[in-house]
Formats: sequence, C-alpha cells, structure tokens
Amino acid sequence: MTELSQIRNFSIVAHIDHGKSTLADRLIQLTGTVAERDMKAQLLDAMDIERERGITIKANTVRIEYPAKDGKTYVLNLIDTPGHVDFAYEVSRSMRAVEGSLLVVDATQGVEAQTLANVYQAIDADHEIVPVLNKIDLPAAEPDRVKEQIEDVIGIDASEAIPISAKTGLGIPEVLEAIVTRLPAPKGDRAAPLKAMLVDSWYDPYLGVVVMIRVMDGVIRKGDRIRMMQTGAIYGIDKLAVLKPKMVDIAELGPGEIGVFTASIKQVRDTRVGDTITHEKKGCEKPLPGFKPAQPVVFCGLFPVDAADFEALRDAIEKLALNDASFSYEMETSAALGFGFRCGFLGLLHLEVVRDRLEREYDLDLITTAPSVVFKLHMKDGEVRDLHNPADMPDLTYVDHIEEPRINATIMVPDEFLGDVLKLCQDRRGIQADLTYAGNRAMVVYDLPLAEVVFDFYDRLKSVTRGYASFDYQITGYREDNLVKMSILVNEEPVDALSIMVHRDRAEARGRVMCEKLKDLIPRHMFKIPVQAAIGGRVIARETIAAMRKDVTAKCYGGDVTRKKKLLEKQKAGKKKMRQFGKVEIPQEAFISALKMDG
Amino acid sequence: MEDWQAGGFGLYLHWPFCASKCPYCDFNSHVAAAIDQNRWRRAYLAEIARVSAETGPRVLNTVFFGGGTPSLMAPELVAAVLEAVRAVWPMANDAEITLEANPGSVEAGRFRGFRDAGVNRVSLGVQALNDGDLRRLGRLHSAAEARAAFDVARKTFDRVSFDLIYARQDQTAAAWRRELRDALGMAVDHLSLYQLTIEDGTAFAARHAAGGLAGLPDEDRAADLWEITQEECAAAGLPGYEISNHARPGAESRHNLIYWRSGDWAGIGPGAQGRLTLGPARWATEAPRAPGAWLEAVEQTGSGEGPREALGRADRAVELVMMGLRLTEGVEIERLQHYGHSGINFPEIRCLEEEGLIGTGGGRLRATAAGRPLLNAILRRILA
Ligand SMILES: Nc1nc2c(ncn2[C@@H]2O[C@H](COP(=O)(O)OP(=O)(O)OP(=O)(O)O)[C@@H](O)[C@H]2O)c(=O)[nH]1
Ligand SMILES: C[S@@+](CC[C@H](N)C(=O)[O-])C[C@H]1O[C@@H](n2cnc3c(N)ncnc32)[C@H](O)[C@@H]1O
Ligand code: SF4
Ligand SMILES: [Mg+2]
Repeated sequence: MTELSQIRNFSIVAHIDHGKSTLADRLIQLTGTVAERDMKAQLLDAMDIERERGITIKANTVRIEYPAKDGKTYVLNLIDTPGHVDFAYEVSRSMRAVEGSLLVVDATQGVEAQTLANVYQAIDADHEIVPVLNKIDLPAAEPDRVKEQIEDVIGIDASEAIPISAKTGLGIPEVLEAIVTRLPAPKGDRAAPLKAMLVDSWYDPYLGVVVMIRVMDGVIRKGDRIRMMQTGAIYGIDKLAVLKPKMVDIAELGPGEIGVFTASIKQVRDTRVGDTITHEKKGCEKPLPGFKPAQPVVFCGLFPVDAADFEALRDAIEKLALNDASFSYEMETSAALGFGFRCGFLGLLHLEVVRDRLEREYDLDLITTAPSVVFKLHMKDGEVRDLHNPADMPDLTYVDHIEEPRINATIMVPDEFLGDVLKLCQDRRGIQADLTYAGNRAMVVYDLPLAEVVFDFYDRLKSVTRGYASFDYQITGYREDNLVKMSILVNEEPVDALSIMVHRDRAEARGRVMCEKLKDLIPRHMFKIPVQAAIGGRVIARETIAAMRKDVTAKCYGGDVTRKKKLLEKQKAGKKKMRQFGKVEIPQEAFISALKMDG
Repeated sequence: MEDWQAGGFGLYLHWPFCASKCPYCDFNSHVAAAIDQNRWRRAYLAEIARVSAETGPRVLNTVFFGGGTPSLMAPELVAAVLEAVRAVWPMANDAEITLEANPGSVEAGRFRGFRDAGVNRVSLGVQALNDGDLRRLGRLHSAAEARAAFDVARKTFDRVSFDLIYARQDQTAAAWRRELRDALGMAVDHLSLYQLTIEDGTAFAARHAAGGLAGLPDEDRAADLWEITQEECAAAGLPGYEISNHARPGAESRHNLIYWRSGDWAGIGPGAQGRLTLGPARWATEAPRAPGAWLEAVEQTGSGEGPREALGRADRAVELVMMGLRLTEGVEIERLQHYGHSGINFPEIRCLEEEGLIGTGGGRLRATAAGRPLLNAILRRILA
C-alpha cells in the first residue's frame, strides 16, 4: 500500500509519432524499472503490428518508482497512449484513470490535429497538463516557436514547458521532477467501501482475461469476492498484480493505485470498460459514471479467398475478438463472395490492423469489400433501420428517406496547401465550419459526411499536402441527404460486393470512375466483358473489357517442358487469388481498388 | 507400341558457349576466353556411352546440336561426337542431324566441315533483316553477312532454316510484313518466327523493368503482328505447323517434333534436359547448368546428370497436352486417354470447343486458328 501523497498517475498524450512511447522508454530506463539488458526501443509497443509499423495501438500502463529530490520515493503510474485517431477511445478511457497528462509536442512539427484533440480531452477530464517539447536534438527543432504556438492555438500556459530529447535522454530528470511537483496526487478514502474503475481488459493466453483497474476508494486484495456493478457478475480475485511492465504480484491495491487482476473471466466481452468494481458484500452504493463503449463506425465484409477457409476465418475472428471488444462481426453471405463476415471497426487503420493480423497470425487469404458506414433508413411505415451493408438496401418504394453520419473534421495544414485541402473537402461534400490561422498554419474545420472520409480521404489528404497536414474528427450526428445505392454489373451480373451508397449528384461521376478502374483491374478474358454502373435498373456508366487476343509462349522446346509446366501450375495458383463470378474472374484487390476515387 | 514411339527418339547436345551474350537471351549460354575442345569431346563421348547403356540400341531418328552457338564447335569435335553416336545407336536411314549456327562469317567458313562430319540441316539465327534492329538486338552480324551466310548454307546443306525475332521495338505492321516477305522470298522451306519475349534475368528484363525498351507492342499490336505472320507464311506455302514454326509440308523440324509429340530424347551437355522411357517408367532428366560444374561431374563421377524425376500419369498427360497443342495437328485423343482422366479437365474441353477455341474432330484434340494465339489461357483451363 502506498500513501496517496506519494502516488502520481498520468497519461502521455500527443499527436501520432511525436515521441510518446520513446519518452516512456526513457522514464522506464532512468528509474531502473526494467533491467538494462531487457530494454529495447518502444518497449511498451509489444504487439507485432505495433513494432512493425512503429505505432502504438493499445494504451499501455507501467508502474515505476522514482526517488525524488525531496528524499521520498514516489510510485508513478504512466499510461502510454496511441496517437492515431482510430484509437482515440484508448486515450479517453486512459485519461479517466489518471489525474494528469504529459502533453508531448514534437518541437520540429509543432501542434497538430491530434495534439489539439487530446489536449481538449485532458482538459475535459480536469487534468493538470505538463507540456513537453520533444526532439530538441534535431537541428530543425524550434522550441520557442512551438511554445508560442501552444499558447496561441491551445491556450494553455507553456512558459514552463520542458525541452527534452526522448531519444538522447536530455531533460528526462526534469520531467520526472515535474511529474512529482506539478501533477496532483490522487484522492480517495481507504476506509470507504471498494470502488474501482475498470480501465481496460485483454486476453492473455496463459492467464485468461486480465482486467486493469484504478482504485478510487477502499482496498482490493487477492482472494476478495468482487462484483461488476453494470453486469452484476461476481468473481473471486485469483491474482492481483502491478505492471512493471511485467506482472509483479502484490498483496493489495489501495486508493489511487493502478493494477491488474485475473478472476477466471472467460471473454473480454464479459467485461465493460468503465464499469465499477466493488466487493460482493458491503459494496459501494453509487457506481462511477461509466463511459460509452467504443462504437464501430466503418464496416466491411471479410471473405476467405478460398471458400473452404470459412471455418478457419470464423475461428480466427472469434479469437481476435476475444481481445478486441471494439471490433464487431456478424456472419454475412454474398451472392458473389459466398460466406464471410460483416465486420465493424473504429476506423480504417483499425480495419487494416485487424485484417493484417487475420492474414498473418492465422495464415488466411482474405477479400475485403469496400468500407461503408452505417446509414439510417427511415421506412415509410415509420421504422428506422440501420444499414450496415449496401447489398442489404431494401426496395426504394419502402424507404421514405436516408440519413448518413456526419463528422466534424479538424485539419491543420501549412498555408501553401490550404487551397488543395479546401478543394478536397469541397469535393467530398464538406461544409466549411471554421478557418483560423496560427502563424503560417491554417486550421480548418469541416462538416463532412463520414462516408466520404472512411475510404481514401486520409491518403488523399496526405498526398495533396505532401504529408504536412494532420487530421482529426468526431462523429456529430446523422443528417438526411439524397443517397442512392449504386450497383456494379460485370458481364451483366450484379456483383453485390461492389455496390455502394452514393450521393445522387455524384453517382454518374463515381460510376464512371469505378467502371474505368474495373476495366483495368479485371484482366482480359477470352470473351469481351461489359462493366456497368446502375441505379435501380438504369445504367449510368459503362465500359467494355476487350477480349484477350494473345497469350502464348513463343519458344517451347525440349529444355522448356519442366519449366513451362511449373509456370502453368503457378499461374493456376494465381487464379485462386481471383473470384469467379459467372464466367468472369475478378482479382481480390479489385474490391478495394475500384473504390479509390482519384489517383 | 510404346507411347514414346509415337514421337520417335532423338539426341539433344548442348554447347554452352557464344561469342557474346545477346541482351534478350536466357538460354544457358556463356562467353568464355578459352575452351579446351578436347576436354569437351571426352566429356560428350563419356555421356553418350553412359546414356546409350541405359537406352540400349534404339533407332535414333534425329540429332540436334543446340546452344549457345554450336557453330563455334570445331568441326572435328562435331565429327567425333557423331561417330560415337553412330557406334551406339543405329541411325535411321533418313536421320535428321541439325546444328544451330550464327550467321557470321567465321561460322560460314566452317559449314563444309560440319557437312562432312554428317550434319545435314542448319538453323541460322538471323533474327532480323535490317541492321538497325540487329544492333538493337545486340547481334554481332549485319543483315548482309546473314544473307551471305545463308547462301553458303543453302549450297552446303540439304536443309536450311532460319530464325527471326519479331514484335521488336517500334516495329510497324507494314514493316514486318515487308521483312517477312523478304525472308519468305529467300527460297527457304522452314522458318522459326518468334515474338520477342522479355525473359527474366536478361539484360532486356532489367532495362524493361527500369522503364526502358520503349515501343514494344502491347497485346493488341502483338496480336496484329501474329495474324500477319500466319497470313503471309500460309500464302507463301509455309503454314504454321507449330506456334512459332512454319514449313513447307514435309520440311518440318523432325527433331523438334519429337518434343511436341512427347517422344523420347536424351539430353547431353550442361543444362540439357531429357525424357527417357525405360521400362514402365518415364524419366525427366536434367544436367547441371554451369559448364564447369557439368564437366567436373562427368569427369569425377562418371555422370553429367542431376537427380532424375519419375513422371506420373498426370505429369505425362499434362506434358502431352501442353506440348501437343502447340502443333497445328494437335494430340491424338486416344493417346491422352491412356493416362486415364488424371491431370486434364475434360468438361472444360467441351466448353472451349463451344467457344470455338478447341477442335476434337478426327480423333485429335487441337487448338483452332482462333485458339492458337491464346494457348496459355486455354492450357490454364484444360489442365486440372
Ligand atoms: N530525433 C529524435 N527522434 C525521436 C525523439 N523521440 C522520438 N523520436 C522518434 O520519433 C519516432 C516516433 O516515436 P514514437 O515514440 O514511436 O512516437 P509515438 O508518439 O509513441 O507514436 P504513436 O504511438 O504511433 O502515436 C520514432 O522514430 C522515434 O525514434 C527525439 O527526441 N529525437
Ligand atoms: C538457342 S537460340 C539460337 C541459337 C544461336 N545462338 C543464335 O542466336 O543464332 C534459338 C532462337 O531463339 C530465339 N530467341 C532467343 N531468345 C529469344 C527471346 N527472348 N525472344 C524471342 N526469341 C528468342 C532466337 O531467334 C534464337 O535464334
Ligand atoms: S541468342 Fe544465340 S548467340 Fe545470342 S546469347 Fe543466346 S544463344 Fe548465344
Ligand atoms: Mg507510441
């Protein structure tokens, strides 16, 4: 048990890649939490995908002990958070478990869209904020300019911002001192009934479900019988530990402390992030406010390339979902693609990460259909239906009107690219809400349809601004618009997996682009293939894939027999990467690439 | 009758050296400073003895000296090889003995020697009949030299064929038609006309990957050039009897027919491959590709052959169809049925017949005129 006054809990927040995980490394290292030989860069990014992409996806907590200048040893619980907007939910729930934030700003880049988004969340959570200017080892660092920017754009005092290099270790002792002196100690009552917040939970292959908690009041011990107030479930604590970052058993956790337990819980889905944990008997009366679960906003179909792999895919999805409650799935059948799953994700990066993991960790070949959002169908009989898949669109005569989700998007961009950004947003049916300047950077706020953003908006934004723009968004609500379902017919047959919802005014243009793309994506066959876009029964765009005219090996003699035979076998294996639609074979990448709007 | 006898029995000898390496060529050919022709003679003779001991004294229909540039072999070496061959295999009365030759002046000077050694057919790598394209193909000879070599060859050998490569950079339909007519006018009875293929690992492949070699034809232009080729050759009395080979009826390359009819052939020399039916088994044989490695294997182990592979029913059926459909005459269906239904998708054959790409009349499976330029696509569908 640690005295409240000697505990400090904080999250490290920043825009993507500004150096949160590297700063966490230095804090872990300088306090000797991890033996020097076990140290490695971005130590907390343990998942393969995190290490490979060099990004944080899951928030991670470490408990470190720091002997401060005042002679006392403090317990610090730090939570390293992801920077990417898809995982903003990880940041917001982490913030509820702590009292302060280290706001890391890359001194060569300055304030970016997620810097803002995160800092506002920290302010909402009543956090004390310590600004840290990172990467000052780089010649391009401009700490003074960035300080000014923090004050101008965010409106918080940056006079005591700490210049550091998370890479070289410069300034790290100052950060540790600031944590102790500038961040508040947690509050709580040891004598009160147990009240702990369920911050996170994950599946560990050896231990089963591991639950992370922050104790508010009371004390939790190994062997205690506890109750989850939202679900009502009762469990016995099997193991109680703190993360250093390896689990180290501990006898009890008191107010202000953060730790983990296991309790023979089967699935991550049996736990609710934000739930209140108390004792089975003599529990607390009032639960904590709790928080809204993360809602999937982007949906797509995942189908096995080889139909025989369906069971393997089901198995893999179920296993993955054990550990990722923000990802949803239900079975789907497509006339074109057979059996698969309609899956929901927090965003496109999340989608990519899940698909990558399914393909790699479970050795599956998948077809991903065009990402779509959830439309609200207002039926003539007054019913409101969620449409997760354009293929499920009912007959229009039953539909009164359709609503789509809108977002509030914040984009920060250097002056010279502003024109391109405005044009991009305008092209995507955006409505400008705000435009302000901070130095030579503009901050634009747009009201945009989510459907126009989920697909390749971020890629386009990066390319028109040569990577200098940053982007963040929140969903604001639903709004009616003139939306229609556009089908694609290949060789006169509709391919359900290619149908999309689109604004009526833009249907012709989208249809034309899709037909042109498919014309290039579908290889020539031995007959000619019409490719059409249609709304209802009306064709709005059309292309024709010419019949194949020549595919023959020029030289084939005695020395070529074996090689030629192997080549044919390889080509036939390549055919497996295609999907058969009637007589036409469509390569799997076509399902995504056909939807890309430009470039 | 054993199945291979429908194709006959031939011997392929590989000579792996050239005066320089052509940028489009992926054959097993090398440029060497000095070649000890005596050492090569000993190795070839040892291999002939080894292989003939396995096959026994079957009638040999053809011999083919391929390369590389076999016209760089000393005529004495060719003579020694043929003498050894005759000693172990009874030669057919009408045996065809071909040697591939480059149409340079050095080689032309040796033609008499080759003829005296027993060679009765040459295949000349002319490649193009204009100097600009010959240069772009990296050839050492000029068009005039090639014509001169051809004239010497015509006077020296019973049968002469030559090779052209078409679908070159910037080659127009009209230019190819003119050049082809020129070639056909040279009073040949056999022509090999290959569409330029960018082969992996060649200098052309590297240039192509780097965005070079502008002006190569796309699929539609290549198909046009193919059609012109079929048309012109047929009109001149040399219809295509194989995808890239055209001959006056009766003047076909008998050696190459053995490959396409899935006969037996012994392959001797670096990288050479063979197919030998020995008792109930049919073997695919292969030799180490590097000239030095092959020589050492022969000298030190007494065999220039790598591990051989036994071909199963499906393999044999696949090879029979894959090679046989290259021929205009196609494949005997009865022969195919010997292998049961393994390897072949028979229902698909029926579909292709309806699409007009395959014919099955006269007890033979064959690609139609429309199907021939699409043979790879057809094979992908037929081979299960
Ligand atoms: N030169 C220099 N590079 C740094 C410094 N701090 C971090 N980096 C580099 O910046 C990149 C991003 O660092 P991370 O620590 O992964 O950033 P992050 O904020 O955790 O990123 P996300 O978790 O993806 O949002 C890495 O290549 C680091 O090596 C620094 O002080 N100086
Ligand atoms: C073994 S090579 C020829 C022998 C001889 N060394 C010569 O080059 O004259 C057989 C023939 O294949 C053809 N050939 C080689 N590489 C080719 C390629 N990449 N594309 C098309 N034809 C090719 C040439 O016409 C060549 O004459
Ligand atoms: S094309 Fe003929 S001469 Fe040229 S490298 Fe190949 S084998 Fe040798
Ligand atoms: Mg990170």
